Amino acid sequence: MLAKRIIPCLDVKDGRTVKGVHFVGLRDVGDAVELGSRYAAEGADELVYLDISATHEGRHTFTQLVERIARAINIPFTVGGGISTMDDAERLLQAGADKVSINSAALARPAFISELAERFGSQFVVVAIDAKTTPDGTWRCTTHGGRRLTDVELFAWAREAQERGAGEILFTSMDHDGTLAGYPCDTYAALSSQLSIPIIASGGAGSIDHIADVLTQGRADAALIASLFHDGVLTVPTLKQALLARGIPVRLSQQDNKSTSQQVNRWL
Amino acid sequence: MIAIIDYHTGNIRSVMNALARIGAADCVLTDDADVIRRASHVLLPGVGEAGTAMNELRTRRLDTLIPTLTQPVLGICIGTQLMCLSSEEGDTTCLGIFPTCIVRFQSLKVPHMGWNTITDLRSPLLRGIDEGAYVYYVHSYYPECCDCTIARTEYGIPFSGALQKDNFFGTQFHPEKSGPVGEQILRNFLAL
Repeated sequence: MLAKRIIPCLDVKDGRTVKGVHFVGLRDVGDAVELGSRYAAEGADELVYLDISATHEGRHTFTQLVERIARAINIPFTVGGGISTMDDAERLLQAGADKVSINSAALARPAFISELAERFGSQFVVVAIDAKTTPDGTWRCTTHGGRRLTDVELFAWAREAQERGAGEILFTSMDHDGTLAGYPCDTYAALSSQLSIPIIASGGAGSIDHIADVLTQGRADAALIASLFHDGVLTVPTLKQALLARGIPVRLSQQDNKSTSQQVNRWL
Repeated sequence: MIAIIDYHTGNIRSVMNALARIGAADCVLTDDADVIRRASHVLLPGVGEAGTAMNELRTRRLDTLIPTLTQPVLGICIGTQLMCLSSEEGDTTCLGIFPTCIVRFQSLKVPHMGWNTITDLRSPLLRGIDEGAYVYYVHSYYPECCDCTIARTEYGIPFSGALQKDNFFGTQFHPEKSGPVGEQILRNFLAL
């Protein structure tokens, strides 16, 4: 059975990971490769590295970091942050990234999604959507880390991204991000019913129950987690054991699996 | 010397990084028939579209070479699909090593992306791997089950997660991205 994925998200600035609530008040939480390796060893299913300095500063540091990550990490990882040209994407993929996450650049020029999917395949293309509710009750997409509101409606945009070849949608509610109050599960479920590609939930989790809810009621395929892990509120194994206890299929690391009896390859 | 077949497809760096992590230093990326023939082990990786990938093999005349190899050969993802009879993707005739066809998923979300379990394990390639171990998949087309199936995965229907015929092995999943389980499978292959 396909497991629900738990994906630690590491924001990177100058080769080191940081995380800020609502994208301000950044706080250094460590070396990007070391932290990623630790998460992988603990049973993280994938990693996401977001270059939060990309739009403002040189990107060479991040590309070099991606090469180091690719050498060290034995699970898939996605990179994002300021990717706006085919050259940006190709450089990161050549460096060893498995997927790229695009956001503002896709909203500015939707054909970018199609071009990436045609050149590198849909499995390389994660379209990240940051949206917030407006006074008329609709969800509208934002760009630049939530600072700029657009007229683009969430569901229409998610469908267009899929049609253009996105392999996954990473949806963050800017109303919920950083609140620790949980996810908008109804919105996730509505997205899931309208799309045939996997959906990654991001932003808002404050407890294991919140994460369990978005993976069940919200029908999300994966949960992207940052602060809860970085702050030590949760670890990957404790989260996964708790999800498993709630009947949600997750992959435990080999170490955790040793406690359960396993049938050995019987043909040997 | 381990030959990784270079035929202009994706994820080759991932495979080389994974081999380096398990200490396999003597790897050559090549499309040279003599080098491939002399290698102790041959890897056929791949990400992309089956028809395009098969054409890349043909233009290098590797489509006639690969089925004649006698050392252990391991296909990964598209590499494995190319070792089957045919693929629905691009209506492609493949190498015909594994007696099964590649068809597209009809139900559930496509691509099948993420960690899924392998069961009914029966090959030295999977020595030491537990029944129900998780491996990482990203694909929209799958090899049907057949006599050469050495690991099964369920995604709406059961399909071949891995195949073996004589010295030819193939995984539909990505051992190079499957954590310690994948590394064990790559070590097993190199020990063959």
